[in-house]
Amino acid sequence: MNLITNNKWIGQRTIRPDGADKVTGRAAFAADTTMPGMIWGKVLRSPHPHARIKGIDTSKAEALPGVKAVVTARDIVDFPIDKSVMLGIQDMRWMCRNVMAREKVLFPGHPVAAVAATSEAIAAQACELIEVTYEVLPWTIEIEDAILPDAPILHEFMKFEGKPSNIAGRIEVKKGDIAQGFTEAEIVIERSFTTRPVHQGYIEPHACLISVGADNKTTIWSSSQGQFMVRAMTAYLTGIPQSDIRAIPAEIGGGFGGKTIVYLEPLATLLARKSGRPVKMVMTREEVMRATGPTSGSKSTVKIGAKKDGTIVAAQGTFYLQAGALPGSPIRGAVGCSFSSYDIPHVLSVGYDVLSNRSKVAAYRAPGAPIGAFAVECVLDELATALKMDPLELRLKNAARQGTKAAHGPVFPRIGYIETLEAAKAHPHYKAPLGKLQGRGVASGFWFNAGGESSAQVNITEDGNVVVTTGHPDVGGSRAAIANICAELLGIDYRRVSVLIGDTATIGFSNLTGGSRVLFASAMVVTQSADKVIATLRERAAKIWEIDPDAVKWENGAAHPVSPNAGQFEPLTLAELAAKAPQMGGPIGAGVQLNTEGAEGGFGTHICDVEVDPELGIARVIRYTAVQDVGRAVHPGYVEGQLQGGVAQGIGWALNEEYIYNKDGKVDNPGFLDYRMPVCSDLPMIDTVLVEVPNPKHPQGVKGVGEVPLVPVMAAVANAIHDALGKRFYSLPMSPPRVLAVLEAEG
Amino acid sequence: MAKLHVSTLINGEPAEFLCEPYETMLDALRGPLGLTGSKEGCSSGDCGACSITLDDRLVCSCLILAAEAEGHELRTIEGMAHGDKLHPLQQKFLEMAALQCGICTSGMLVASEALLQQNTRPSEEEVRYWLAGNLCRCTGYDKIVRAVLETAADMREQEIKEARQ
Repeated sequence: MNLITNNKWIGQRTIRPDGADKVTGRAAFAADTTMPGMIWGKVLRSPHPHARIKGIDTSKAEALPGVKAVVTARDIVDFPIDKSVMLGIQDMRWMCRNVMAREKVLFPGHPVAAVAATSEAIAAQACELIEVTYEVLPWTIEIEDAILPDAPILHEFMKFEGKPSNIAGRIEVKKGDIAQGFTEAEIVIERSFTTRPVHQGYIEPHACLISVGADNKTTIWSSSQGQFMVRAMTAYLTGIPQSDIRAIPAEIGGGFGGKTIVYLEPLATLLARKSGRPVKMVMTREEVMRATGPTSGSKSTVKIGAKKDGTIVAAQGTFYLQAGALPGSPIRGAVGCSFSSYDIPHVLSVGYDVLSNRSKVAAYRAPGAPIGAFAVECVLDELATALKMDPLELRLKNAARQGTKAAHGPVFPRIGYIETLEAAKAHPHYKAPLGKLQGRGVASGFWFNAGGESSAQVNITEDGNVVVTTGHPDVGGSRAAIANICAELLGIDYRRVSVLIGDTATIGFSNLTGGSRVLFASAMVVTQSADKVIATLRERAAKIWEIDPDAVKWENGAAHPVSPNAGQFEPLTLAELAAKAPQMGGPIGAGVQLNTEGAEGGFGTHICDVEVDPELGIARVIRYTAVQDVGRAVHPGYVEGQLQGGVAQGIGWALNEEYIYNKDGKVDNPGFLDYRMPVCSDLPMIDTVLVEVPNPKHPQGVKGVGEVPLVPVMAAVANAIHDALGKRFYSLPMSPPRVLAVLEAEG
Repeated sequence: MAKLHVSTLINGEPAEFLCEPYETMLDALRGPLGLTGSKEGCSSGDCGACSITLDDRLVCSCLILAAEAEGHELRTIEGMAHGDKLHPLQQKFLEMAALQCGICTSGMLVASEALLQQNTRPSEEEVRYWLAGNLCRCTGYDKIVRAVLETAADMREQEIKEARQ
């Protein structure tokens, strides 16, 4: 299979279909839409980390002029806390308690009530008039405290090993015999690590505008990673049937996993229904930081055993991940991805889902995998040092390849991990000289990737152009890639292809934008739809020429007769066939809905250079190269962009980002000034190397690319700092105070 | 209390609006003026998504009171293109994939244009420090910085060409 050559549009840096609107300010994001008669919704949030709600008196708020509706947990469909009701990977008993506290408030910022009023100011004033009686309870924030036997318990019914516990779940993956494996080892390194929760950091706060008719027919405009997820969750939590809800995806201003669940939509729907007015809700940045996301903080221990020649024989990992106040940390990603880059005969990887009085975590770019990789890839670096091996050589010696049975189960088909290691080794960056107080680190990473449900519709317009509709919010240029693919298949200029994201009423069910699944899955349904369209076009030409459809081929945007009729008829272009459509059988278009399979895992290898200022403790990334097996770069500009963006987020996670809790159990840095994400002057250019090992199970060879690039970063930075200072860091972030502390402690 | 009446020039056109004394210029732009190209990411001047110019000075419109705009000239992202002709920065951002989600793009473009107006030959470091007040979480800034540097080079070349003619 050679998918790389002979393409006109696949692999081109075309202009994205939504581009002009986004550089002129015309694109409509969630907060940009208004409606006549619209009023404003506002959430009253808990001031306490943990408290029982004894009563809520909304009468004063309701009496305030301008207030049109107030809702509390009583208005939301109750899912009993001890009975699981799953919607995808989300449990509605947790979701109903996350959007509005029910029996107890579980973190500062937890919604307690919501108000709709004729202005934002009145809504805020009304929130202050709501009287909530709390019985304040002891609380717990950090993992080490939450798992103590006498820790305050968040959910009394939840038991671990027979006792009430904040450990909400345990999973493990196992391969071989771990005890046997370590007896075969000639060198064993075991280390413990901690990482802090970090926020996805999308610049667009959550927002929605919702209108509900007297007949319950509901229209939602909101920014999310899945309009169908919004519809389903809103239906579950309000009791309105899905068929009565139309969820329209606004342009989304960043998600990174954090917009895969709802926060505001059910509340705004209930307020709109009660008030009879369209309701708009927009979170402040502080609300985003206190009550949405982040990803888990973690404590982990990783132990790796190897032979003296560098052959890894056994690996064990234990990962405790913070879930926040309701279960559901990404332990599967930590446990399942951490050792999958390597061919190791004996593996045991265990994860624990730990509750504490923090906001419920949400997905964040390869959820859990970066936490596992930070520990594993740092231990591998130590192993390479101990064995006096080049760290890339150590990885090459143990790398997963075609036929390797991964610890988490599957046997890998043709994968490109080794190619990323070899490309990194051959890259000029790897050999470039380093100066004083500078260091270089490498690390690799793996992410599962995902398939799942997608729908597409490809329609030919009367003037012979193309409208493609898919069901996935476009977070980073997927429409551009779809335009390239469709232009390629139909043999026309990509500018003749318009790519739209349908709402829940206009396109078939499509699972959300997540798991690096969008281009993989939507390219499949678009390809099959385009193939059907081409079959119709060939049939139409055959009918006109009165020949067999099999004697017609589609090439360069036109039907051509093939032998024995080759050359007998002038080709019929897409425009000509479109113009004849009414007489020749009607409109031309096709749609396909699939549960896609064959999304193969992705691998990346990164090289990071840092320079450390020992006076200030500032570690600065001065050069970075991200190598990744991307399957097929349908639009290289946006593939590179995924790698660069993931690396920048990882550098923030490694060096600076963290929630700072005060003695009252509240976040002290809920804004961009103090929760400091990397700014432009913090970073160097981020070089990328796109290795293309096509996915054999995909028509264009596509693999997911969006999540892998975050996975290796923290270890690459930590290994670089070790190279610069000769000191190991086992805790994130490696922020100036911590760097100074390590330098001072060890002299 | 009655609303305040404010007269301004926005993107070269006279504009009048009413505002509460506590409302920001961003509130006025996104509300009564209907100019939603300026985005609200933080309302504390940290993200730069609401960047505009006030009498040619780059500001966060969330840090300016709407009433302060009285008698001043504002430029927003909506005034950057000339009719259907994009500004060279806008065109370059598209060609170089210097945006992903697009929420920071308005502010990035307004800030970049303000830079090029006072420095036609910025270094990479100057671009990075100038744009340090504009957060982008998607791109890692690489393609944005490159797009600004390339636009500056193109615009210098264009000026040289025009001077020759």
